[in-house]
Amino acid sequence: MGRIVLDKVSKRFGDVEVIPPIDLVIEDGEFAVFVGPSGCGKSTLLRLIAGLEDVTSGQIRIDGNDATNLAPAQRRLAMVFQSYALYPHMTVRKNIAFPLRMAKLDKAEIDKRVANAAAVLNLTDYLDRRPGQLSGGQRQRVAIGRAIVREPAAFLFDEPLSNLDAALRVGMRLEISELHKRLATTMVYVTHDQVEAMTMADKIVVLRAGHIEQVGSPLELYRTPRNIFVAGFIGSPRMNFIEGAEAAKHGAHTIGIRPEHIAVSSEAGPWSGVVAVSEHLGSDTFFHIHDSGLAETLTVRADGEVGFRHGDRVYLTPRDDQFHRFDAKGLRIE
Amino acid sequence: MATKASRSAARVMMAPAVILLLGWMLVPLIMTLWFSFRNYQPLRGGDLGFAGFDNYIRFVTSSAFWPAVVATLVIVVGALAITVMLGVLLAILLDQPMWGQGVVRILVIAPFFVMPTVSGLLWKNMFLDSVNGLFAHLWKFFGATPVEWLIENPFLSIIVIVSWQWLPFATLILLTAIQSLDSEQLEAAEMDGAPVLKRFWHIVIPHLSRAITVVILIETIFLLSIFAEIFVTTAGAFGTKTLTYLIFQRVLESQNVGLGSAGGVYAIILANIVAIFLMRIVGKNLDA
Ligand SMILES: Nc1ncnc2c1ncn2[C@@H]1O[C@H](COP(=O)(O)OP(=O)(O)OP(=O)(O)O)[C@@H](O)[C@H]1O
Ligand SMILES: [Mg+2]
Repeated sequence: MGRIVLDKVSKRFGDVEVIPPIDLVIEDGEFAVFVGPSGCGKSTLLRLIAGLEDVTSGQIRIDGNDATNLAPAQRRLAMVFQSYALYPHMTVRKNIAFPLRMAKLDKAEIDKRVANAAAVLNLTDYLDRRPGQLSGGQRQRVAIGRAIVREPAAFLFDEPLSNLDAALRVGMRLEISELHKRLATTMVYVTHDQVEAMTMADKIVVLRAGHIEQVGSPLELYRTPRNIFVAGFIGSPRMNFIEGAEAAKHGAHTIGIRPEHIAVSSEAGPWSGVVAVSEHLGSDTFFHIHDSGLAETLTVRADGEVGFRHGDRVYLTPRDDQFHRFDAKGLRIE
Repeated sequence: MATKASRSAARVMMAPAVILLLGWMLVPLIMTLWFSFRNYQPLRGGDLGFAGFDNYIRFVTSSAFWPAVVATLVIVVGALAITVMLGVLLAILLDQPMWGQGVVRILVIAPFFVMPTVSGLLWKNMFLDSVNGLFAHLWKFFGATPVEWLIENPFLSIIVIVSWQWLPFATLILLTAIQSLDSEQLEAAEMDGAPVLKRFWHIVIPHLSRAITVVILIETIFLLSIFAEIFVTTAGAFGTKTLTYLIFQRVLESQNVGLGSAGGVYAIILANIVAIFLMRIVGKNLDA
């Protein structure tokens, strides 16, 4: 069980309203991801749910019970911190057992659960080491281990992978997703990495300055972003935005087209421009195109084999069914 | 210091300081060692020749030796216990965000800047005096008979004075240690279901353990040699004669320089044992 409901929850620090009143429902067993630019209040929102910060107004319900004024420990939530927050003077075993010891479980039960968690997370060989003797990925797993032994109603993750290198991050991303499938426990995950958001989430919550800009599945957000902010935030590389006459042709103030929906050729196309930079990723190539007369830079994705160079003139063909139209306020026009 | 020239220049420039320091330390040390093996009694004929280990044996077999050891231990342990415990509490208190934090911190540190002699006299006359002391007034206010602190509770009095002097030091070191505690660790413990006291015990105290050890060792080195506080308050009466005070009496009151020097050498050895532990711990701290 673990259905989390935020009902007009708001948070101020002194005079600054970091989170304006927001409503949000995270269903039981769901993997919800909060994304947004730095400083938009993702961590604050997570800490409000955890009970590490008091709400200024509104109500938090967990499984139907009012948890607004419950102490963090009584909410049956487990949190994994960005810094891992392992206890440096305790061995891995003691770290993982700590919440169980605090809950006064008997020794046999503690040992059983620690052994289980260690097996799940491949930590069995490291149980007698201290956190200082572990690698970043192992520390991360210990932090997760400490969370799962409690069998919480929901897991809260605050940018858990941001201290890992790229390869490990991909690995841990998969491990966390697998863990979610296996445990089927609600997970709330904060990140500013939209690849993590797209690949892991059942539901993405896009935040800007504390406001919820859009809530939906990754594909919903990709296909029908509700406004320019979400359109620009979800998808990599970023969507191209075009204003002016070209947009007016489509009856919009701004039109957006994703790099993967523009074809590039050396012969013909409705748009043209000069290649400024080409980024070869092997599988894909990204061209950054100047002098198109539409926007300062257009980004285009092409096959890895396409080999235009700096200074080449190219022709672009957007896919007509993939235009996103926005009005002057930046809202989507259907 | 890359080149030969700059290295030798550095040596030349450091020389005065090194020579001064060496002289300052070595001359008294060698004199103490020298006298400790001589039968030197200035008022009874001066240097009466080589004494072997007589002084060393006489110092530890005298009837005043063990009481002095006990007195020293009582004062050191008492002051350590008070400064460490109150130091931890004060450090936690000062770490809380509050109004006027800067001023409060300076006030807390202030006693450290008062000379031992002065603080001894200050306490003796302003707090502990049975006629005019603040405590006497307090006792009278509640209708009790004022206590002759230095006579009735000489150890307690001296321990309180010394603790008052050393509490700022302990607080300062422990405060910096507490400030380096990652607040996410405390939050993690909170989420793990540890209430305030358990967080203190399982997270804060282990985090402070090294700082506490350093405080204990540094304070021990200095507390072993407290003298002024005793000299100006009880003057060694009422059983408060510590090792240092005993050495002082042997040299100046009994005019037996040899015997006192032997006591001094014992004190040096003792302080060095503590210092070795200190260096190890501090060294470890720097490695980690
Ligand atoms: N204790 C605090 N007191 C005052 N302001 C705060 C406090 N904590 C956070 N804020 C402010 O609230 C806003 C949101 O902070 P928050 O840490 O939630 O951002 P975030 O989305 O997690 O950013 P990041 O991606 O950088 O971690 C920021 O503008 C921050 O300055
Ligand atoms: Mg954050």
